This record gives sequence, C-alpha cells and structure tokens, in this order.
Amino acid sequence: MNLDFSIIKPYFNIFLLGAFVTVKITALAVLMGIVIGLFVGMGKLSRFWFIRMLCSTYVEVIRGTPLLVQIFIFYFGLPQILGVNIPEYPAAVMALGINSGGYVAEIIRGGILAVEKGQMEAARSLGMSHSQAMRYIILPQAFKKMIPPLGNEFVTLLKNSSLATTIGFSELTRAGQIVAANTYKPFEPYITVAAFYLVMTIGFSRLLGILERRLAVSD
Amino acid sequence: MIEVRNLYKNFGRLEVLKGINNKVEKGEVVVIIGPSGSGKSTFLRCLNLLEEPTRGEVYIEGKNLMDPRTDVNKLRQDVGMVFQHFNLFPHKNVIENITLAPIKVRGESPQQARERAMQLLNRVGLADKADSFPSQLSGGQKQRVAIARALAMNPKIMLFDEPTSALDPEMIKEVLDVMKDLAREGMTMVVVTHEMGFAREVGDRVIFMDEGRILEEGTPEDIYNRPQNPRTKDFLSKIL
Repeated sequence: MNLDFSIIKPYFNIFLLGAFVTVKITALAVLMGIVIGLFVGMGKLSRFWFIRMLCSTYVEVIRGTPLLVQIFIFYFGLPQILGVNIPEYPAAVMALGINSGGYVAEIIRGGILAVEKGQMEAARSLGMSHSQAMRYIILPQAFKKMIPPLGNEFVTLLKNSSLATTIGFSELTRAGQIVAANTYKPFEPYITVAAFYLVMTIGFSRLLGILERRLAVSD
Repeated sequence: MIEVRNLYKNFGRLEVLKGINNKVEKGEVVVIIGPSGSGKSTFLRCLNLLEEPTRGEVYIEGKNLMDPRTDVNKLRQDVGMVFQHFNLFPHKNVIENITLAPIKVRGESPQQARERAMQLLNRVGLADKADSFPSQLSGGQKQRVAIARALAMNPKIMLFDEPTSALDPEMIKEVLDVMKDLAREGMTMVVVTHEMGFAREVGDRVIFMDEGRILEEGTPEDIYNRPQNPRTKDFLSKIL
C-alpha cells in the first residue's frame, strides 16, 4: 500500500474543470431530454394511432439499445451519412439528450396518467377545453409527481455522461484518465473522480429533496 | 330543458344504457335511484358528454349534444356537475378552484370572479375557508366548495353524481342543505342519490333505473310508498 493522494493536488484544477463540463453537458442533455420527452410523452397519449406508434417506437429504440452504441452511432456513424464531422461536444450532448428524451417521455406519460381521472372530468365539466385542462389542471399536478423520477434521471445521466470519454470528450472521467497517464498511478485519480461524482449526485439529491418539500405545501 | 331520446351506451361489449327516454323540465328536481351498475351514473354523465353516448339523442335547451357542430365546451358551461369524490383541484386553494373557470373560460376579470366566488362561499357557509387548500377541508366542506365551483359558471342545470356517498354521516346534512336551497331557488337538478329525505323534501320526480333501463318513475310519494314494479319494491326493501 503506497497510496499518495498528494499527487492529485497539482491536477486539482483539471478535475474541477472536468466536473464543471460534466455538469454542463448533463444539464444541457436533460433540458433537451425534457423538451423531447414532453412531446414524445404526450404523443404516446395522443388520440391518433400514428403519433402514438411513432412515439412508442422512439421510446422502445432508445431504451432498448445501449447508450454507448448510441453515442458511437452519433459520433462515428452519422458523419458517414451526412458527410460532415460532428465535434465531440455537440455529439455528446445530442446523444445524451436524445437518449434522455426516451426515458423522460415515460416519466412524463406516467406523471400525466398518475393524475386522477376525476381532475380532467371536473375541468371539462366546467367548460374548459382539453388543452386548458391540461395546462391549468393536469400538467401542474403531473409535474409534481414527475420531480422525483426526473431527479433520478438527472443523476443517471450525470453518471452516464462519463461514456462521452469514449469519443474523446474532455469531462470528469477523462480528467481522471489524463492524470492517471501522467502520474502512472491510476488508483488515486479514479478515486478522486468517483468522489467528485458522489459529491455532485448527493448534493443534487439534497437540492431535490428541498424542492419536493417546498412543492408539497398544498398536499 | 333536457330531453333524452333512445339513449344507448356501450362500454366495449357491455351495454350499460339500453334505450333511455326522458324529459326534464325547467326548474324540475329529478332524483335517480337504482342498484349499483344500473347505469344511473353513466346516464348522468351522458348529459354533459363526459361519456359519449353510443346511440340516441340528448338535447339541452333544444341543442343536440350529438351534433358535431355543437360546441361542447360552451354547452358544458350551462351544465354544472358535482362528483362523488369532489374532484377539487388539489394544487389550487378554494378561491382559485372557484375562479379558475370563470377567468379562463368566460374571460371574467379576476376581481369580478373573486367577488362572485366570495358570494358563493358565503352561500355555502365557507367564506372563512377562501384561502385554504382542499387538503385542509373536511369531506362536507370539500363538497360544498365543489358546488360553489360549479355554480360560479352560472349553470342552468346542475348534475349531482352521488354527492353524499363519500361523506361521513355527520357531514351529509350540510351538503344536502345546500342542495335543498338550490332546489328551492328553482335550479333544474338531476341528482343520483339514495337520500330519501332529500327526494321527499325537494324532489319533483323519482326515476328508478335497473340494468340500463328506466323501470319506473313518479312522484317521491308514489315511488317510495307505492312502488309498482317488483324490482323497485325489491330494491327499496333493501335500502330502507
């Protein structure tokens, strides 16, 4: 046992920068995932079978294939079709975002379905249109139910973003690789990387808990 | 006011309504009774198209609900509904529950809607609960708010779907009292309920339904004291 965490010290900024980049692409991907998920999730509840089928297919394909393969298709595969290279950064964000969209769609669909049927009926019986009822009655309640699973999705995505290392994107895990290569000592850098992830995921879960309690006031 | 002709409703292969014909006059209070599964709630829900009839015609003030040109959202404003489980909006406080539809659907100003809501809350005896959330109210209070919410749209007809069935016994009276007041003021009401006291006191007509058909109807006196149909007799003997 010759562990020496002092070797990390000179590289601390690299880890910090990596963590920042990780949070940034995760946030962007989640945002993208929420936009996609909102449409796809509501699409799965559509009156029209064609839209339902399209959205179900999206969710099935995304959830039924490995994220790593999706990232490879984006980064290595698409340029062959499009004829232009996609840089690592947008490729990583898009692959993660489109992936997240599939999972968020299910969360949104589940949230909407979890709102009692009587809520829609009460709203419609007062003369509200379907979209008014959705906007003022169903979605605000569904959103509350979506927060815990959306939080989990964020945490999952934060960890999954480490897969972007495989296309050479510089984020937190990549920082660990670089430091390990420079110092010839893999253990300490990777432990440091793990600690960074842990601090971020725990910190985020705490934040989420506070938000949930705030929103629970009317219950 | 309401006219129903040859109304059929199927859920898949299950026929729930098998040819209902009836008329409700302006100001009339009609009470519907019958065993569970008899189709009474489904019938009521067809009157504001919460259930879409499979066949037949429903006219509200001469307008055919089944006509695709009829603006259902507009029509529903004239037909208030009170549900067994209240269905208050849990994320909105009492005053918002009442004012939301008048503001968003009818375009009333927030002050105007609020004033009217306060009048209605006074009327159902809950003015002090204006800022409470539904979760802070008792069952009886929730149902009174739900009635106020429906009345805020100034409906011409009020439908009640077992409004006291989910209430603790001591809260039934406060809800029935509000409904009796409403009936005495001349509101046209169709009420699915087994509250015989209510039917006797303010009901003009009682309808007995079983297996998707109207088997018997008449004044509360006739139905409760001299039922003719054996099924009505059998049913009443079980609930009285």
